[in-house]
Amino acid sequence: MSVTTTTDSKKTAKPAKPKKGLIELLFEGRAFFALIAIVVTFSLMSPNYFTISNFLIMASHVAIFGLLAIGMLLVILNGGIDLSVGSTLGLSGVIAGFLMQGVMLPQIGVILYPSVWVVVVLTCLFGALVGAVNGVLIAYLKVPAFVATLGVLYVARGVALLMTNGLTYNNLSGRPELGNTGFDWLGFNRLGGVPIGVIVLATFAVVCAILLTRTAFGRWLYSSGGNERAAELSGVPVKRVKIIVYVLSGICAAAAGLVLSSQLTSAGPTAGTTYELTAIAAVVIGGAALTGGRGTVVGTMLGAFVIGFLSDGLVIIGVSAYWQTVFTGTVIVMAVLLNSIRYGRRI
Amino acid sequence: MSARNPDHGGNDVVLAARNIAKTYGSVHALKGVNFEVHRGQITTLFGENGAGKSTLMKILSGVIQPSSGEIILDGKPVVFASASQAREHGISIIHQELSLAPNMNVRDNIFMGREITTATGVDFAEEERQTRLLLEELEEDIDPLTPVENLRLGQQQIVEIARALSVNSRILIMDEPTSALSATEVEVLFKVIRDLTAKGVSIVYISHHLEEALQITNHAVVLRDGNMTAYAERKDIDLEWIVRNMVGENFDLGSPPTGHTIGDVALSIEDLSVPDAAGVGYNVVDRLSLAVKSGEVVCIYGLMGAGRTELLETVAGRLKPSSGRVVLKGREVTGNSIASCIASGLVLVPEDRQRDGLVQTMTVGRNLSLASIGAFLRGVFTSVSREMSLINEAIAKVHIKTDGGTAPIGSLSGGNQQKVVIGKMLATEPEVILLDEPSRGIDIGAKAEVFKLLAERARQGLAVVYTTSEVGECLSIAHRIIVMRRGRISAEFGPDVTKEQIMAASGESVGTH
Repeated sequence: MSVTTTTDSKKTAKPAKPKKGLIELLFEGRAFFALIAIVVTFSLMSPNYFTISNFLIMASHVAIFGLLAIGMLLVILNGGIDLSVGSTLGLSGVIAGFLMQGVMLPQIGVILYPSVWVVVVLTCLFGALVGAVNGVLIAYLKVPAFVATLGVLYVARGVALLMTNGLTYNNLSGRPELGNTGFDWLGFNRLGGVPIGVIVLATFAVVCAILLTRTAFGRWLYSSGGNERAAELSGVPVKRVKIIVYVLSGICAAAAGLVLSSQLTSAGPTAGTTYELTAIAAVVIGGAALTGGRGTVVGTMLGAFVIGFLSDGLVIIGVSAYWQTVFTGTVIVMAVLLNSIRYGRRI
Repeated sequence: MSARNPDHGGNDVVLAARNIAKTYGSVHALKGVNFEVHRGQITTLFGENGAGKSTLMKILSGVIQPSSGEIILDGKPVVFASASQAREHGISIIHQELSLAPNMNVRDNIFMGREITTATGVDFAEEERQTRLLLEELEEDIDPLTPVENLRLGQQQIVEIARALSVNSRILIMDEPTSALSATEVEVLFKVIRDLTAKGVSIVYISHHLEEALQITNHAVVLRDGNMTAYAERKDIDLEWIVRNMVGENFDLGSPPTGHTIGDVALSIEDLSVPDAAGVGYNVVDRLSLAVKSGEVVCIYGLMGAGRTELLETVAGRLKPSSGRVVLKGREVTGNSIASCIASGLVLVPEDRQRDGLVQTMTVGRNLSLASIGAFLRGVFTSVSREMSLINEAIAKVHIKTDGGTAPIGSLSGGNQQKVVIGKMLATEPEVILLDEPSRGIDIGAKAEVFKLLAERARQGLAVVYTTSEVGECLSIAHRIIVMRRGRISAEFGPDVTKEQIMAASGESVGTH
């Protein structure tokens, strides 16, 4: 054993630093190994699983709640939770549908048909607005995140139902003579064979990863999620950080809403119901701590793909949808169990 | 330092500790303490922070177990595995922070966890009757159905005592029971304590208010650095005896830095007042003025509740003052945000490093660079190489023993963690650094290192203000010692002051009333 005091103080640091053992490695990359296991298992069970076209289809399914999960990751890193993303997704789709139908301005008797890009921008701005409401409620009015976003969940869903009277906007393809065609581009088109939805997801993921690892904002977010008081005393604008994460989460939800309604070429008011739970599950499976301060974009993406590839795989091999729910739940509980083993000792 | 064994031999000793030692890793909190409690009498434990008083109390009340030594109750050795076992033997402890549920009424608090139940549920009538009896015995007119949050602190203290008595406690340990009480409430409490001793209850009393404790105690025991250094009966001793034995010879914590020129006023606090957080109307900092020059080290000494923390947090921008100004290098910074105070060169090292100082989920390096992110930004992106050099410089400058910047913060010892918090603020290249109890919870060697580091920086022109509640630390690197009492400066001394003078000015041993 060590004798001098210098080595003595270092002794406790040893297990974390040196070459990781096999178990440590398996533990660190648990979401990755889970994904490999899922792919291998289903490939053995069905010849249709391990094909490029299937992976692309599955990936475009993952895109929807992958986008939600990225926003959710930011919120969870801050030590909060955003239950409103599913509703925001639905409402954003409805708003996009509403704008595509043409906006009547009765005062001047004009019907405006905004082009698709305007619709996309307005919808994302709307998502940001919903997020800002969450952020202000939580950061300045001190409403607990769970309650504030639960309230917004109901309000957003209600507004979506009111706007559509419970019906669905079916015709989102626009008309060439009005110059607003191309809404289905997001959902159907491919760039180099890759669905646009997947490209959107990849872009959001890369931007978010850079934001987290290479900007001051990322450092503010990790520190205020780890210890808000210490971060504040170090000069971190903790309230501003809090509002920004909910705004970003709202934008992610709006983007997901656009991709989904474009994939379906329709916008229903009930779209995205319970998707917030899937997003939370993806973040947790990706190794983030619900107490804040720990988590990565890569982990969250792996978490989203674990959920997506698992449920699509079960569909492909013909397992009933009821069983899918059971399997997904089991994976979530196991992930949380591993997280608590990982972080539990320290806190 | 051999302890005189308080061997009275009489059969009035109800509880005795024999060679009790307690070690935490390599830290010796107690080093073989002998200690006796006499039936129906009050024994007071004196000692500075970290002398081992609380550790001894926790061992006697079963909260923690000693590493060696034994506890003898009524002549027989006993082992308490838990606080509830100690309570079954009649030993109860009343902590400084009361453990009542404020939302529940007095009756429910007294019977919390051991409700009197019948076949039909809790027998509230019987509980209420017993509560009434207890409160009558204590001569305290409190309705058993009053919610505890509606009671004054002194009354809550009485409820705690009632709860201890309701389990037939014969030995009552009281940790700083008067620290939050008004003078009249203290009188009431002392009367209750005297009545209890008349009924044969033994009291172990801990207080920082030496004079107050001397009024009531029968026996005095002094602890220092985990040893019992002195024991005497009240009739044989006076205040001076206690102070002398408490303070003893101290480890050398350095001397005020010399050989550099003290510059102009760097920080000027003018008539600053800070209202109490609860908004009850009085000021925790009361029209206080203080000027600190570049290169000067100022120590602020005061008891708990003297307003030291509030003063520093207001100056650093965390709390808002109700009146007064804070001027940094000729620029007013009153009411500025923490971030802008840091940017203009005024930084605070908070008192509680776990709660306010460190982000446990981040590495040593990221904790060190947290307050100076702006210094290693290149455009909107952080520069890895600049950050690394900033971190390595900070580690070298404040002498942190670590495996490097990527080590988890939890792998460091308390003293090194404290150096990370200090290093983080020094990395912002401040003009003025405020440190709230920088020596709290770190061992004597680390303390000396922290003070040496601060003295070095003062020599380079940094203005240093630190607070302490250990009088020995005032007489180290400070050029000036300010004593705070009830939100105001009660005295100001040069470095050649004596410990007794400082303690007297703080109200720790107010002259005779």
